[in-house]
Amino acid sequence: MSFLDLKNVTKIYPNGTKAVHETSLSIDEGEFMVFVGPSGCGKSTLLRMVAGLEDITEGDINLDGKLMNEVDPSERDVAMVFQNYALYPHMNVYNNLAYGLKNRGIDKETIEQKVNDAAKLLQISDYLQRKPSMLSGGQRQRVAMGRAIVRNPKIFLFDEPLSNLDAKLRIQMRLEIKKLQQKVGVTSIFVTHDQVEAMTLADRLAVINNGIIEQLGTPIEIYDNPKSLFVAGFIGSPQMNFLDGNLKNKTLSAESFKIKDIISDFEGDVTLGIRPEHLSQKENGLINLKVDLVEQLGSDNLVYGQLKDKKDFCYRCPGNLIIEKGSNLSLNIENNKYYIFDKSTGKRVN
Amino acid sequence: MKIKPLQIIAHIILILGVLLMVVPIWISFASSSHDSVTILTEGMKFHIGDQLARNYNEVLNEKGGWSEEVTAAKMFINSFIMALGIATLKVVISAMSAYALVYYRFKLAVPIFWLIFITLLVPLEVRIFPSYKIVSDLGLTNSYTGLILPLVASATATFFFRQFYKTIPDELLESAKLDGANAWSFFIDFLVPLSKTMIAAMFIFMFVYGYSQYLWPLIMTTAEEYWTVVMGMKIIYTESYEGVALPRTAERFAYIILSMIPPVLVVVFLQKWFIKGLIQTEK
Ligand SMILES: Nc1ncnc2c1ncn2[C@@H]1O[C@H](COP(=O)(O)OP(=O)(O)OP(=O)(O)O)[C@@H](O)[C@H]1O
Ligand SMILES: [Mg+2]
Repeated sequence: MSFLDLKNVTKIYPNGTKAVHETSLSIDEGEFMVFVGPSGCGKSTLLRMVAGLEDITEGDINLDGKLMNEVDPSERDVAMVFQNYALYPHMNVYNNLAYGLKNRGIDKETIEQKVNDAAKLLQISDYLQRKPSMLSGGQRQRVAMGRAIVRNPKIFLFDEPLSNLDAKLRIQMRLEIKKLQQKVGVTSIFVTHDQVEAMTLADRLAVINNGIIEQLGTPIEIYDNPKSLFVAGFIGSPQMNFLDGNLKNKTLSAESFKIKDIISDFEGDVTLGIRPEHLSQKENGLINLKVDLVEQLGSDNLVYGQLKDKKDFCYRCPGNLIIEKGSNLSLNIENNKYYIFDKSTGKRVN
Repeated sequence: MKIKPLQIIAHIILILGVLLMVVPIWISFASSSHDSVTILTEGMKFHIGDQLARNYNEVLNEKGGWSEEVTAAKMFINSFIMALGIATLKVVISAMSAYALVYYRFKLAVPIFWLIFITLLVPLEVRIFPSYKIVSDLGLTNSYTGLILPLVASATATFFFRQFYKTIPDELLESAKLDGANAWSFFIDFLVPLSKTMIAAMFIFMFVYGYSQYLWPLIMTTAEEYWTVVMGMKIIYTESYEGVALPRTAERFAYIILSMIPPVLVVVFLQKWFIKGLIQTEK
C-alpha cells in the first residue's frame, strides 16, 4: 500500500451533484502530485475529501496506512493552503504560524524555534509581528505556506494557491513551491486549472474531467502520449490542432490530405490531433496553411492561419524564421507525431 | 473653502438636534445646584447655583425608605450589578447560541432561529406574570439572581451575532480545523476576537437596557435593599409630600443627573469599539 491511497472514492453532494466518480489513485511518499482539469471538474472536491473537509460518500482513503474516512480533519495531520490563503486576520504572522503548534500542546521554546525556522525558509522573518492585512499578496502567500510547513504534516494540500497573484509573481512562487517541496520532501497534492503550472510542478499529473481521472502519469508521458481527446486538448499550449477525418484500411482521409500506413485497426470517423510544435515547413508537404496572424514570442513564433477547408490551424516555429502575413506555407508532420481519436468516444486509437 | 447652502442647512439641523438632546440635561443639572425653594418659586434654572455640593452630598448619603436604611448609593450599586449581569450574560448567551445556530448545521437550526427571533414580539412586560410565578416558585424574589435571570436571553443580540458569523468565510473555519482547533477553541480563538467590536456594541445596548428596567425590579423586589435607581426615581423623597415639608425638587434633579452617570461611563469606555462595531470593516 502506498502512502496515500484512494480507493473507488465517490462524492455526491447533498443536492445530488456527483462531483467525483469512483476515483482510485495512489501517491507515494514525497511525491508531488498535481490535479489539473477545467473549472467544476471536481478537483477541489477530491482534495477536500483528503483533507477531511468533505464527507466521503463511497470508497476509502488511506493515509500512511490508516483509514481516514471517519477521522476528523484536526486529527489527520494534513495542511492545506487555500486559494484566498484563509490567514487568521486577527493574529499576527507569528501567531498564524504558531496556532497549529499550540493546539498540539507543543512547548513555547520549540514553537518559537519552529516558527523562526519556517519564517527564515520563506523569508518572512521581518513580518512576524504584522497582521495579514498589512502584507502584500505574495507575502500572504508565503505566510500561508509557512503555516503549512511549520507543522511538518504528513501531506500538503494546495487548492489553486497561486491564482490570486499577478503573472510574474505566480511564476516566481511556482518555482519557490517546487524548490521548497523538494527541500522539505513532504508529499504534496496541488490543484490547478492552469496546465503550465501543472506541467512544471508535477512529479505526476492527474488530468481530471467531469469527476473522473482521464489520465495519470508524468507530465512528459501525458504530453507525449495523451490517451483521450480531452487530455490532448487540455495539455499543451497552444492547444493541439484537431481535424476531422475518416479511418479505413489503415488510411486516414482528412479534408485536404491523406495519411497512409497508420498503425491502428480502427475504422470509422476519427479526430486527428497535431501539436503546433510537431510541424515543419517542407515543399509539397501534407498541409497547406494560409497565414492570418503571427505572434512573435521571441524564442518562438506562433503562426495562426486556415487550411483549405477554412479550418483554423496553428503552427509553432523557431523565432528566427520570418513568416509573412498572407503567405502560404506547406507543412509536414514531424516523425509521424500525430494522434488519432475515436470521434464518438474520444479514446485514442493509434 | 466655500460653504455650500446645503451644508449650512445640514449643520443647522444637526445643531438643533444637539440642543434638543443637551438642553434638558443642562436644565436638570443647573436646577440641581439650587435650593428647592428657589426652584419651586422661580421655576427651573439655566445657570449654576450655590447648592451643588450640598444637594449631591444629601442625595448620595441620606438614608431613606420605610426602614430608613437604603441610600441612593446602594441603589446605584444594585442597578449596576443588575445591568452588568444582564449585559454580560446576554452577550455571552447570544454569542454562543448564534455560534450553535450558524456552525452546527442541524436540521432544526432555522426553525429554532425563528423561534428565538419571534420572542422579540414577547418582551418581558407581556410575560411578566408567568415570569414572576416562575421566579417566585424558585424562591428567587429579592435576589440579584431573580433580578437578572429572566432577562438574560436576547433575540436581538442573537440575531446580530448570527448575521456577523455568517459573514466569516468558511475557509477560516476549515483552516482552523486543519490546525487542530476544536469547536470550543474556534469560538474562543476566532469568533470572540473577531467579533470584539460587536461584543462591545452589544454590551452597551444591553447594559443600558438592563439599567433602565423598571417594571421587573418593581414587581420582583419587596426588600428595600434590592431597590434600583429607576425605582428610586419614583419612590425617593415622596415622603416629603406628607406634612408640611416642601417637595425636594433640587435633590431630585441631582438624583436624575447621578443616575445618568453609569451608562454614560460605559459608553465612554467602550465607544472606541462601539463605533467600530457599528461600521464593521475589520474582518
Ligand atoms: N457544496 C456543494 N454542494 C453541491 N455541489 C457542489 C458543492 N461544491 C461543489 N459542488 C459541485 O461539484 C462539482 C465540482 O466542484 P469542485 O469545487 O470540486 O470543482 P473544481 O474542479 O475545484 O473547480 P474550480 O477549478 O472552479 O475550483 C461542481 O459541479 C460544483 O458545482
Ligand atoms: Mg476548486
